[in-house]
Amino acid sequence: MSLDVFLQNVANSITLGSLYALIAIGYTMVYGIIRLINFAHADLLMVAAYIAFYGILVFTLPWYVSFAIAIVLTTLLGVSIERVAYRPLRSAPRISVLISAIGVSFLLENLGIVALGARPKPFPRPEDLVWNIQIGNISFLSLTIIIPVVTIILLIMVTYMVKKTKMGIAMRAVSRDFETSSLMAVDVNKVIAATFAVGSSLAAVGGIMWSMQYPQVDPLMGVFPGLKCFIAAVMGGIGSIPGAMIGGFVLGICEVMLVGFMPELSGYRDAFAFVVLILILLFRPGGILGENVVEKV
Amino acid sequence: MAEILRTEQLSMEFGGLRAVSDLELYIDEGEITGLIGPNGAGKTTVFNVITGVYRPTTGRVIFNGRDITGWRPDQITAQGIARTFQNIRLFNTMTVLENVMIAKHVRLKATLGEAILGLPRYGRQRRKHIQECMELLAKVQLDDVAFELATSLPYGKQRRLEIARALATEPKLLLLDEPAAGMNPQESLELMEFVERIRHEFDLTVFMIEHHMDVVMGICQRIYVLDYGVNLAVGTPEEIQNNQQVIDAYLGAVDADA
Amino acid sequence: MNSFYIRVLNLAAIYAILALSMNLILGFTGMFSLGHAGFMCIGSYVAAILTMSPASKQIIYYMVPIHPLLANVEWPILPAILLGGLVAAFFGFLVGFPALRLRDDYLAIATLGFAEIIRIIVTNTISITNGALGLKNIPSVDSLLVYWGFAIVTIFVLMRIINSSWGYAFKAIRDNEIAAQAMGINIFKHKLMSFTIGAFFAGIAGALMAFLITSIDPTMYRFTFTFQILLIVVLGGMGSLTGSVIASIIFAIAMEWLRFVEQPMNLFGLAIPGIPGMRMVIFSITLLLVILFYRQGLLGTREINWEWILTRLGIKNSLEAKRGEAN
Repeated sequence: MSLDVFLQNVANSITLGSLYALIAIGYTMVYGIIRLINFAHADLLMVAAYIAFYGILVFTLPWYVSFAIAIVLTTLLGVSIERVAYRPLRSAPRISVLISAIGVSFLLENLGIVALGARPKPFPRPEDLVWNIQIGNISFLSLTIIIPVVTIILLIMVTYMVKKTKMGIAMRAVSRDFETSSLMAVDVNKVIAATFAVGSSLAAVGGIMWSMQYPQVDPLMGVFPGLKCFIAAVMGGIGSIPGAMIGGFVLGICEVMLVGFMPELSGYRDAFAFVVLILILLFRPGGILGENVVEKV
Repeated sequence: MAEILRTEQLSMEFGGLRAVSDLELYIDEGEITGLIGPNGAGKTTVFNVITGVYRPTTGRVIFNGRDITGWRPDQITAQGIARTFQNIRLFNTMTVLENVMIAKHVRLKATLGEAILGLPRYGRQRRKHIQECMELLAKVQLDDVAFELATSLPYGKQRRLEIARALATEPKLLLLDEPAAGMNPQESLELMEFVERIRHEFDLTVFMIEHHMDVVMGICQRIYVLDYGVNLAVGTPEEIQNNQQVIDAYLGAVDADA
Repeated sequence: MNSFYIRVLNLAAIYAILALSMNLILGFTGMFSLGHAGFMCIGSYVAAILTMSPASKQIIYYMVPIHPLLANVEWPILPAILLGGLVAAFFGFLVGFPALRLRDDYLAIATLGFAEIIRIIVTNTISITNGALGLKNIPSVDSLLVYWGFAIVTIFVLMRIINSSWGYAFKAIRDNEIAAQAMGINIFKHKLMSFTIGAFFAGIAGALMAFLITSIDPTMYRFTFTFQILLIVVLGGMGSLTGSVIASIIFAIAMEWLRFVEQPMNLFGLAIPGIPGMRMVIFSITLLLVILFYRQGLLGTREINWEWILTRLGIKNSLEAKRGEAN
């Protein structure tokens, strides 16, 4: 592989890794706090992308307004989903809330198909954000820099929030021990809502950047990224935010590199993530950073 | 008297927290032995390690001369150790009889294929098991509610059903985890007599965790005291009651609520 | 009875077999497996490849010719269906071996992952499966007897299993795994048993599907399919065999009946455009409503059987009925 192509692959993998990392955090935070795989998380990515799409194309709002509205609305949606579909099932057997999550995911996807049409639509890349950069022989999009930078800024913000703010500490407490936290005057409902808010907003940003990088929106665009990001979260250690970040980057890099070095296997690109998942679950379920918690009987 | 169970330097660690440290205990066949200690002392953890729910961090568990350390719970049950749980773990969609019948599943020599085809050997074995279970239920006075949903029973009967289920596995050693929890003095007394009776009738050895001191002191021949995962003392009820360390750590506080 | 209704009923039979087998795994043993579509896919393809005529194979495999070992194979229908089930069961065993050691939520994702891997492998092993082009000209079977024959056998076998000691072992694992283990049940072995049996019947259903619609391709067996079966199981009651059968029939009919929602229609002179995809929206909402407000589904863990019917009719006393059950 020539240097140019190699560097291109490196750039792509960092970009993809960033996006995966952003979305994986939402999964890991929600799982850490209520032990739920939020199947609907990745569909929020799609929702944000479509809102931004309509904002720019139909309402002809400037991109920063569309993006802002998309993020806000998606966050609200994420919090509402928790309130309506997950909270009532908190004391039900775990399978019930998993089924509910699947139901929400399907509903979002199919509402997308119904309301927006199943055909993919090209996403309007804002010229202010997306332009071509040329260095010598190599040309790449500005996104290659913008996406990782935005991601890192957000990751730093999330890490700060979780470590230093009151809400962040409360989140970690509820993660650790649900019952004791609720006995110690921690408003568990608020904490959970905040967790969903953070996760959803990150997914929203991820969705918008995704549709700039791969400029197409379709109602099912969140499905595969969703599964892969969950796998990334597991890989890094489910429940661990730094783990999700690491997992996301590693998965993104591996995926691009796999296809780059072995193009004949590109049909198996998606299967790769699943194989990784199964290997992890078998041999190191705690993930890279996770601990092996023995369930108390 | 032969020794039926022994632990050697048994330790159990949960990610940095030592729940049980270097426990050495032994139980003689036919005895009723007690395990007492403050809450969180690691008593249930000891049971869990003995029955294979947890694999000990270090140490061994020897049952009837066999090293059963790290064996699976179902394998250990097959060897002859049965247990009840602190929080009753009945099968909530099944009747009393069905709950007890689960114990007989492993003793079925017929195969699933025979069951599906309705071949006679399966039916015969199944009917025999039903009869054995009904007899067992009669011995513990639960036969009148055999077809009731297990969770519809009053608390005391549910506890008795827990024990009956364990008995159905035909154990040699029975581990009871706080069998008298939530009982008033009268019920505790009845439970005491019940345990003594089944020990005799089923030829068992009993190892029990309890907080009700009148029950423990009343029927146990020997008592182990655990505090913070460490064995504080061991002896007859009299010796334990007069042991200053035990009194400081535990008994002084317990007097208030028993 | 015209062929349209027969087709719907045959589809209902297939759904019934799928729902029953998923219920065995999910409702009776408590394992949240989302891999059903993968086993269906295997059953479908095995049956299709075995029964397509060599001439058809020549034509259909036009991009990459079919693997020489399979080119001249042409089996009769029944053995092909059975083999479809067996191969699916084999994969069920393979998948279950690693996956079933995992907890609920992880199991869900792992089985989902396996189903996707299966689908992706099918899409990429073009010389065997014809890849994304799919298979057409699969021999058509449209007799009610075949589909409902298999459905009835499935109902019968699963009923025997559920009412047997093994069925109780599965239920014990569902109700309280730790207690079940303490009572001597080898949890892993039994979970694997339940899972493999479920995969077998899913494979059978897949094979039947191939003969019903005569053309298959990998995109049919995406997670959407598993979701539909999940809906049926939840609707009928996780833990009720009769519930699964009833819900399957309702679902098959609803799928057809609701087609009108997706066609343009004329309501009181107003032209309402068709909304494709609306059916799935309705199904998603139904699933959510059921799981949120009526978790038991139609029948919960109850069954409609002779005892129930006779008791309700007052012919049999209910305690007597229970004693009868114990024997």
